[in-house]
Amino acid sequence: MKFYELMGYELIEKIKNREITASELILSTFERIHNTEDLFHSFVSFSEETAVVQAREYDLKLKKGIDIGKLYGLPFANKDLICIKDFPTTCCSKILKGYKPPYTATVIKHLNKEGAIHIGNTNMDEFAMGSSTENSCYGPTCNPWNTHKVPGGSSGGSASAVASGQSVFALGSDTGGSVRCPASFCGVVGFKPTYGRVSRYGLIAFANSLDQIGTITRCVYDSALIMEIISGKDQLDSTSLDIKVDNYREHLTKSITNKRIGIPKEFFGEGINKVVKTSVEKAINKLESLGANTVEITIPHLDYTVATYYLICMSEASSNLARYDGLRYGYTSRDLEGDVYDFIKHTRSEGFGDEVKRRIFLGTYTLSAGYYDMYYIKALKARTLIKKDFDEAFKRCDCIVSPTMPITAFGLGELLKDPLQMYTIDILTCPINLAGVPAMSLPCGFDNNNMPIGFQIIGNHFDEKTILNVGYQLEQELNIYRKMPIIKK
Amino acid sequence: MSNQDLSVVIGLEVHIQLTSLQTKLFCSCSNDYRGAKPNTYICPICLSLPGSLPVLNKEAIGFATKLAIALNCEINHKFWFYRKNYFYPDLPKGFQISQYNKAGGKAFGDGGQIEIRKNNHKKRISINRIHLEEDPGRLVHKGSITTSPYTLVDYNRSGVCLIEIVTEPVIESPEEAREFLNQLKAIIQYIGISDLELEGSVRVDANISLKGYERSEVKNINSFKEVERALRHEIIRQKNLLKRGKSLTQETRHWDDKRRVTISMRSKEFEADYRYFPEQDLVPIEIEENYIDNIRNILPELPNERALRLQREYLLSEFDSENLVLDKNFADFYEQGVNIDPSFGSEEYKQYCNWLMNNVSGWLNDHNLNLENTNLNPRHIVDLINFITQGRITSKIAKSYLKDMMEGKSVSEIMKWRGKTRISDKKLLREYSIEVIDQNPKIVKDSRENLRAVEALIGKIMAKTKGQADPEITRSILMDLLKKKRII
Repeated sequence: MKFYELMGYELIEKIKNREITASELILSTFERIHNTEDLFHSFVSFSEETAVVQAREYDLKLKKGIDIGKLYGLPFANKDLICIKDFPTTCCSKILKGYKPPYTATVIKHLNKEGAIHIGNTNMDEFAMGSSTENSCYGPTCNPWNTHKVPGGSSGGSASAVASGQSVFALGSDTGGSVRCPASFCGVVGFKPTYGRVSRYGLIAFANSLDQIGTITRCVYDSALIMEIISGKDQLDSTSLDIKVDNYREHLTKSITNKRIGIPKEFFGEGINKVVKTSVEKAINKLESLGANTVEITIPHLDYTVATYYLICMSEASSNLARYDGLRYGYTSRDLEGDVYDFIKHTRSEGFGDEVKRRIFLGTYTLSAGYYDMYYIKALKARTLIKKDFDEAFKRCDCIVSPTMPITAFGLGELLKDPLQMYTIDILTCPINLAGVPAMSLPCGFDNNNMPIGFQIIGNHFDEKTILNVGYQLEQELNIYRKMPIIKK
Repeated sequence: MSNQDLSVVIGLEVHIQLTSLQTKLFCSCSNDYRGAKPNTYICPICLSLPGSLPVLNKEAIGFATKLAIALNCEINHKFWFYRKNYFYPDLPKGFQISQYNKAGGKAFGDGGQIEIRKNNHKKRISINRIHLEEDPGRLVHKGSITTSPYTLVDYNRSGVCLIEIVTEPVIESPEEAREFLNQLKAIIQYIGISDLELEGSVRVDANISLKGYERSEVKNINSFKEVERALRHEIIRQKNLLKRGKSLTQETRHWDDKRRVTISMRSKEFEADYRYFPEQDLVPIEIEENYIDNIRNILPELPNERALRLQREYLLSEFDSENLVLDKNFADFYEQGVNIDPSFGSEEYKQYCNWLMNNVSGWLNDHNLNLENTNLNPRHIVDLINFITQGRITSKIAKSYLKDMMEGKSVSEIMKWRGKTRISDKKLLREYSIEVIDQNPKIVKDSRENLRAVEALIGKIMAKTKGQADPEITRSILMDLLKKKRII
């Protein structure tokens, strides 16, 4: 038995039953990382020493019968934009080089309290801007299923770490698909909760009205477990909502007979790769065979979502990223020619990568006097229409299903020269963030090159439990979730 | 028409720090940063570290509601905070969380007014809006900003709550601006949302134009007292430009309070575009009618209401009552004092008011002190008035008691003490008397016709002895001497 082949809940059982220790698990985790990391480059920093010490402490406590929480020393990887006190948190940007936050994000506190052990931070597109993890100041991450392909993004490091067995689970953030896209490309489960379900305190903002922390796991059960732990109202995040967190795991095994599954015809249109479409349709048939009923629904404004999404996220980003001026933390230009404005210009010109600059430019432009109504206000109006589309749809169904991505993982470098094409692949994920509803991607099959295909389940506001229930049933029925990439060294 | 006669149009933007709040607007750091070591009253939120989020201080909404009610503003029941984007080292987020009344945004309150006195009638200064926003940090220079070899930034002030009051452009002179600010200051003092005596608690921007010409905006006026001065300067500057045939351009100017001039900062074409848009890290603020009613019910008496009551209860004139209420501490002192002696009537009420507003206030001004910094006891003014009424002391002498009264001494204590130091040595007083008779032949001559001239001679002796000569003994010695000289 290899630890890295096991699911999180199985490892927890083994530690609980004293079959293995938390220390053994941590040591084997780092062994796996050391053996595979040069192939994938999932991580940008490690906390090996503190992780080992923590595991030992947990083992001692367990021996004494002291409760260490629900996760029993389970290792996790953190996306490099969620703050951990005194640990480098850089958003994979040169501008935050060397930055160590003096405080810890609420999600991390929740995980620590339940006995999870942080093993390191994962690679991502700079400030979560991208769908391939190629826009990182540390270089790209490779897809564990084929190292010539991208892992998706922006949480590509998190997805690749989980898919390759480097970490039992990982945190990600999802602004327009950044958890679900890499989960889809790497064949793992990615969960994006309802906006306001999980505290954003300590999540470094890209587009604050869309950002939400999510999980990447090997199976739906693990997602349900982690979601129970990190969800809930936080006084430090005014946009988090005080709505009861369900016991998601209890709902997993419920029957989905007569569940109404919405099929939005627009999500199966022209741009969807045929193999992807066929695989998703097969999965829908499985749901039907489990007793669910399919309902055709419509999201009429889908065509406007990519434009709407990018207008909004760039506008917000231009403001959210204004604080990086080199005066208090992070990267500081050595070019001291000119006045303080010149200094800020030098720092930002040298510190930000091209994609980030592109979005700051465009966002600044769309918020400027004379363009504001034409772009920003119009985008807000379109967003309202898209929200209404989902509200209408959920009157007729319990959840909505679709492909997560219109394609499977593409080659490294393939889309770098074509940012517009890169933006359009978010078409099926970004409407979910605009509407603020929860969604999950889970693997439903493989294409002809053995690359994973992602199946997306979208739920109504704060109805995470239905997504997890349907997802779990489908996962058990498909029974491919234990399949791992064969790693050749 | 000469341009010297052009009418003036002024609009003010007054920023007040809500110093009475315990914590900053969006975090739990202490508001009371004055005197603190730089960068010690900070946290991830007010330092705007990546990943931190603002949480609204609900007390600030209560304070703003109080002011809105006092100014008769229409409170908006639902609004978003907005981001005002610009780069400056004192602004750690690269934007300021503020409110905006365009682009879908709303102010905290719209409309409202303050009545000011203009000559013998009232004038209403209309308010456009009030809104809440956060204060940036503070730049610290060695000496002047232009010569300092470095700039230091202190973020202790970052995130402190400001309320901005924007008037309509209806103020017609620097005096009116001063009157408006005095009234505003009184209202803020009465509702207790800020201590405007604290350094840096007030900042004013003024828009000034000569009717028919482009306006300039003068920024950085750091006290109410400076406003009148800055406005006077700017009006003269604009008129002088016109006199010399130059044109006026729309521009932003900076008030340099050391040199007492305004300096051009930027002209209109370089006007900043703040790219206002909603702050979505905060949820929209909702203020319900019954919340407003509850605050209305606990709102203390306002200065204009108090002036009317003082006219009613103490029969004070409109002028006196309005002056008296401008400083709440004075008005409180007054009411406490006049109620001590039940025998007081309208005459004493007026006397008490005069004493406060003329003698006490004048003394405080001369010594650059506030009433709170003295130990003056309201009862002692009562005694003083009674002593004067009973003829035990003259008003003139009473005035000379003020200094000691400010230290907390009672009137009888002062009298007793003065008695001890009184000069009653007849030999000495005789010498003084001979001296003044020799030095003032005209008064001596007058005393032949008018015995009251003797009083003038006594006064001269009093002056020589700094008021310590015993008046009765002095009088009898003088009379003796004058009789001996066969003058009387």
